[in-house]
Amino acid sequence: MTAITKPPVFVVLQLTGGNDYLNSVVPYTDPYYYDNRKGTLRVEAEDVLKLDAEFGLHPCMKPLHEIYERGDMAIIHGVGYPNSPRSHFRSMDIWHTCEPDTVGTEGWAARAIRELDPEGENPVTGVNIGQALPRALVLPGVSVASVADLSSYGLLTGIEVEEKRTRLLQRFANMYGKAIGTGAVNDYLARTGLDALSGADILKRGLASYESTIEYGTDEISRAMRDIATIHTADVGTRVFYTQLIGFDTHAAQQPTFERLWTEVSRAISDFWDDLREHDADDNVVLFLFSEFGRRVRDNGSGTDHGAAGGCFVMGPSVAGGMYGTYPDRKPESLDQGDMIPNQDFRGVYSTILEDWLQLDSIPIVNGHFEKPRFIQSAPTELSSV
Amino acid sequence: MSTNPDIALMAHLMRRAGFGTNREELEQLTEQGYEETVEQLVDPPSSIPGADQYELFRYMPSLETGGPNPVPGAANLLYHMVNTQRHLEEKMAFFWHHVFATGNSKVDNDQNLTIQLDMFREHGMGNYRDLLIRLSQSPAMIYWLDNNENHKRSPNENWGRELLELFSLGVGNYTETDVFECARAFTGWTINPKIPRTPYHRFAWSYSFRPEEHDYSEKTFLGHVGNFNGDDIIDIILQQPACSRFIARHLYNFFVADEAQVPAWDIEPPRDPEAIDLLAGTFVDSGYELRPVLRVLFNSDFFKEARFKKVRSPVEVVVGALRTTGDLQGPDPRLVAIAQEPSHMGQALHNPPSVEGWQTGRDWINSGSVVKRINFVADQVSNTELPGVQKLVQRVLVSSDNQIKEEDLVDRCLDLMGPLEISEETRRELIAYVEAEGPVKISPDNGHDTEQRVADMLALIAATPEYQFG
Repeated sequence: MTAITKPPVFVVLQLTGGNDYLNSVVPYTDPYYYDNRKGTLRVEAEDVLKLDAEFGLHPCMKPLHEIYERGDMAIIHGVGYPNSPRSHFRSMDIWHTCEPDTVGTEGWAARAIRELDPEGENPVTGVNIGQALPRALVLPGVSVASVADLSSYGLLTGIEVEEKRTRLLQRFANMYGKAIGTGAVNDYLARTGLDALSGADILKRGLASYESTIEYGTDEISRAMRDIATIHTADVGTRVFYTQLIGFDTHAAQQPTFERLWTEVSRAISDFWDDLREHDADDNVVLFLFSEFGRRVRDNGSGTDHGAAGGCFVMGPSVAGGMYGTYPDRKPESLDQGDMIPNQDFRGVYSTILEDWLQLDSIPIVNGHFEKPRFIQSAPTELSSV
Repeated sequence: MSTNPDIALMAHLMRRAGFGTNREELEQLTEQGYEETVEQLVDPPSSIPGADQYELFRYMPSLETGGPNPVPGAANLLYHMVNTQRHLEEKMAFFWHHVFATGNSKVDNDQNLTIQLDMFREHGMGNYRDLLIRLSQSPAMIYWLDNNENHKRSPNENWGRELLELFSLGVGNYTETDVFECARAFTGWTINPKIPRTPYHRFAWSYSFRPEEHDYSEKTFLGHVGNFNGDDIIDIILQQPACSRFIARHLYNFFVADEAQVPAWDIEPPRDPEAIDLLAGTFVDSGYELRPVLRVLFNSDFFKEARFKKVRSPVEVVVGALRTTGDLQGPDPRLVAIAQEPSHMGQALHNPPSVEGWQTGRDWINSGSVVKRINFVADQVSNTELPGVQKLVQRVLVSSDNQIKEEDLVDRCLDLMGPLEISEETRRELIAYVEAEGPVKISPDNGHDTEQRVADMLALIAATPEYQFG
């Protein structure tokens, strides 16, 4: 067996709130699209960034279009699951736990982390960049470092004198070390505390070693993507990164909000890949974008309401670029309560990533067998033998 | 210096029956006596003030209105928790927010959650029959569990099922037929037509009973046959032994010691069966009144002995720290941001993860939440400008000569941070830390430095494993 010298790394960017897929990947020859979208909520055919003779990206996504042209981006149409509840929370929960019928508690990405690091040897195998841990990363026994802002991450960061903080943290390590073996809950707490401490140390060393010529934007998603690049290029063994951008719930004033968000996202992603290339650290990374649902086909005058089918974007040098699946039909008779009907189960998309990229058995992670779109062209074993 | 056992017991009571309190109030309550304090918590006279919500709305009107966003409502709830003197009333409102877990994630009209919390505050220690009927008529709950979709000709079972499974009996104590019959009895319990919302503004909903939607025909429910309406169903539920045991287990899990998570209750026996029998028996004997059950609970030995047996919930961590330090009193623009702190630790107010409420106990702990819990409390207690911290520091720095022994500094801080019970190993580490930093001198020249020494110790105590329990 060929040794894997560069383990595959997976980055999730969650677009929270329900991204309007119709205005992201615009069916610019479809009269039904133009029947339903008026005023500022339609993208004219001459403005789209063409992907082919039928579909084009929103004009604010120019950097993403360049990635697509390079052959490094897969677009998967019609992603969702049956009986979309159109609730943010419930939908996000389903994406996070792969349990569309019952309320699940185990995060799918956390299950993947458990498989990648069964003994929990590295406290930064999974890293979340954001304030709260998304449920996708929640699983008892799996430690995930959750970093709001890498530059200020750590324990007792309010102690300003650095030497004093170091001495306090030494005591912290002693106290938690001694608590191991004093009962089940204490044991768990103690190990978690020590993981938090060593995780913060590892990430801090990563931050200290990071240098780059790329100048990211100052917005939230740019900072998050730079933090991910920082940790990834430090080579500390992180295999799963997770971050999110909130704000896609555009019931009103969609046009300026959507354009701002996607302008930021597109630039942040483009900078991220430039940064990774500069560090020769891009070929073992796959970046995955999803949103909990798409939005209603017909606009409401200034925005769009909750819908069903959406789509995913997957990027990286190992991705076989192009469009996958069938864009759901926009004819009025083909819609369900005004929404496009999903035709690709999201768990199939996860399965591709888990099996073809991370080399894991997907069935216990996504709770079943689902049709996989084949958007990974070079598996990590082949990568390392090149 | 030894800890006063009466203060330690009172601190335990106030952590559990409230969100903790400052040292002055602890001493005053200890003086008043334990049983008298329990009585005052369980049945507070109207002279004890709650938080003044209307003052909050005058200063921060944006917190009053509903909308898609739970953030203003969470700030309002935090304001109550930090400012009320009716400790148990607020803790019980929070208890019901956990048991009758309703989330704005679906309700999408947060003012209804605030109205529901007001109802829990007013009736949360009253009669359980009354509370369940009010809950059945709570617009937030009706929408959350789809009872507005529960029609005579097409019953929707969601509310009927959760009423039995999560709000009264628990899995294994009813059949699928009972669920269906229960749902039929609640047909027509709905909300009035909504005033059309705008994307970013909502109007509160109101309850309505619609006779034309109600199924008046015969139902068979838990062995009883009749033309039952929803209130008849609640009467039958209350007669079930499973109901009193279910409430007893919830109260035990919340106020005494961490139990297995609710869905496991039909498999996992209670950790203290006698305690459950006592609470359940009191509940039945009193005609489903909650005050007598709470009175028995807080006066019991099993409660008094359960110190530091529960992992503090994120809300308890945040509110407990704020009440200790005296920060965030009254309307304060920082309420909105600080009300999100529990959410960053895994407990979003007005947004429990599901109708099952939050996963409690050790599930509060992960390496992300540990960092946030410790840092929040450490930042609070090491800020010597906060009034409560200043008082703690002055209490620690009382000395007849110009130096404080290292272990006295540690023990006094531990006493004031709880009193917190810690292992001998942890205590040795704390003392070793102080010793390594040099003698603690009290003189006018190094006043601030000495205060900071105390503040650093308070921060380190907040970081101990033991402090994670309450």
